[in-house]
Amino acid sequence: MATSDKAKETFHRMLEGRGTLFAVLTTVVILIGGLVEIVPMFTATLGPERLPGMTPYTALEVAGRDIYIREGCYTCHSQMIRPTRAEILRYGEWTRAGEYAYDHPFLLGSRRIGPDLQRVGGKYPDAWHYEHMRDPRSTSPGSIMPAYAWLLERRLETDDVAASVRALRTVGLPYSEAEVAGVGESLRRQGQEIVGRLATAGITAEPDREIVAVIAYLQRLGTDGEKLIPPPADATPVAEASR
Amino acid sequence: MEAKSAIRPMAGEDLKITPPAGAETTYDDAVVKMFLIATVLWGVVGMLVGVTIALQLAWWPANLGLPWTTFGRLRPLHTNAVIFAFGGNICFTGIYYSMQRLLKVRMWSDWLSRFHFWGWQAVIVAAAITLPLGMTQSKEYAELIWPIDVAITVVWVAFAVNFFGTIAVRKVQHLYVAIWFYMSFVITIAVLHIVNSLAIPATLTRSYPVYAGLTDALVQWWYGHNAVGFFLTTPFLGLMYYFLPRIAERPVYSYRLSIVHFWALIFLYIWAGPHHLLYSALPDWAQTLGMVFSIVLLAPSWGGMLNGLLTLRGAWDRVRTDPVLKFLVVAVSFYGMSTFEGPMMSIRAVNGLAHYTNWVVGHVHSGALGWVGMISFGILYWLVPRLWGKPLAYPGWATTHFWLATIGIVIYTVSMWAGGLTEGLMWRALDDAGQLKYPNFVAIVDQLHPFYWLRVVGGSMYLVGAIMMGWNFIRTVRGTPVPARTAPAVAAAN
Repeated sequence: MATSDKAKETFHRMLEGRGTLFAVLTTVVILIGGLVEIVPMFTATLGPERLPGMTPYTALEVAGRDIYIREGCYTCHSQMIRPTRAEILRYGEWTRAGEYAYDHPFLLGSRRIGPDLQRVGGKYPDAWHYEHMRDPRSTSPGSIMPAYAWLLERRLETDDVAASVRALRTVGLPYSEAEVAGVGESLRRQGQEIVGRLATAGITAEPDREIVAVIAYLQRLGTDGEKLIPPPADATPVAEASR
Repeated sequence: MEAKSAIRPMAGEDLKITPPAGAETTYDDAVVKMFLIATVLWGVVGMLVGVTIALQLAWWPANLGLPWTTFGRLRPLHTNAVIFAFGGNICFTGIYYSMQRLLKVRMWSDWLSRFHFWGWQAVIVAAAITLPLGMTQSKEYAELIWPIDVAITVVWVAFAVNFFGTIAVRKVQHLYVAIWFYMSFVITIAVLHIVNSLAIPATLTRSYPVYAGLTDALVQWWYGHNAVGFFLTTPFLGLMYYFLPRIAERPVYSYRLSIVHFWALIFLYIWAGPHHLLYSALPDWAQTLGMVFSIVLLAPSWGGMLNGLLTLRGAWDRVRTDPVLKFLVVAVSFYGMSTFEGPMMSIRAVNGLAHYTNWVVGHVHSGALGWVGMISFGILYWLVPRLWGKPLAYPGWATTHFWLATIGIVIYTVSMWAGGLTEGLMWRALDDAGQLKYPNFVAIVDQLHPFYWLRVVGGSMYLVGAIMMGWNFIRTVRGTPVPARTAPAVAAAN
């Protein structure tokens, strides 16, 4: 025992005298964990499960997501419903891996200062989001969220959104040539739909304002998954025990 | 015993840093001073932003109704400022100071040292401008836009070349344990930064990561948790291994323990990232690996803590009188506490309660304020009189700072534990019919206000202490130098 300890010490003492070898060994040691965990994520069997049928965000939703990132919404709102009864009751069906397939970057969040937004799509009318962004306390008394009134004024730039769509296509989102070329038209069409719905609630808005893009994105959140996730065989949440 | 206090050196102590006898070169302490000044400045700024966003949660009108001052934009500014501006600059201060002395050689290139300094400060200024403007990549602690990411890479490579160049021309054959930890910092941060930042630019200020969904999340938390591991832990352990024995004038407790815990720590840390994604749809095997390695990580973490604390054996009487040692002891203790809490929170069932709550924020701050902040303050109070050759202007203030900071941390973490448990339990509470007991989210937020206010109080105490330290240093640097040496140097400044 004593001899093996001594041998080890001698080996390390030798190592301490060789800077390059020490650096190489350090590099090897710190790479192992990352390689073992990250590389399998790119394989079909060990990587995140797919959810066939997911479609990428529309141009207006991409613009809304960019604004969601710009304003740091993810610092207070998560997008991940855990498979427990309480979470499912509060937020809806728990999140499947495939629902994030087109999320560059991911926006799971790390803190719920406000509620989870994974399935906020369709939960409230467009007008609710409009008013909530203008003055959160008008729709949610007691909310500590700041107002985002400037979203009602600021305009979307078509070229800017087109640049985003092109870059997202490069990272792997399946946009067709026609979709990339038709960003301007797509923005107008979806913007008009939302403005139309806002008008029925007595709100006059322009289709090229940032608020319209934010509403488009929020109303999209989680809706694909809701349609695609097969209904459970029985109603028992997967991880009930974890409550 | 007063004379032995680290902040009140005897007139005879060799305050002017001189190379050990026989060395032909002088050390580059100018760059150490530059990094030190930057540390104090950015530390105060970063903590001020922290108190500001704490106030915004307690009292939402503090968001000021302006795009640039909302919580969502300032929170990344706070984390980047305290981690990379305060934490980064103190690491570089300590590394440039200790490495030259440990290797008995001047830094390989003065030009690279200055390029590193000014490049790093330029990155910080760029961050301080772009983040409030909403220019962000949204990945935590990696928010900076792609052109700044490129600049960080260039600056880091310059640092690494200088670092390894200095090792190559060293005049001491064996690398001391502090250097091992610095080395793991230089190498690992480069790997983490480059892999996590791979993205396709859309415009000059916007880009999209090449990874999608949960793969992106895993890469990010591999990066994010090891920003904690290799930016806020290993370089600071290196600093501990250099400064603690020097200040306490005791040899490191166990050489063998330092070997074992070094290799175990750097091997295990890198696996722990997935504990940030427990109960997500991340594949189970990855979640389990993250949990298991996080729990095992307790062992090497405590190895480091014990090696630090036991190094103080025989010097405990000085802890009573010496504020520098007080800071170091509390720092190492908080390191032990938060590296116990971390593995515990990585256990699935505990994480199910803690995740997404204030508890996590409390945990982070017991590490950040308690470990990183306190060891930094201790080192700063020891370095300033020695670098400038002047006694500390207000020695008593250092002790006041110590108590303000310590009590501030306790108020901070306890309020966040209480707030975190409150919301975690209320989110999941079910009534007899199996329905949500508190379906209204805002009603739960209401319960958190007292804790948010307490956090503002604790954070403010910590900030006030840091400001006192800054003022103390300004007065010190402008004060009169200690009388010239009248006795032989207590110890060659190494």
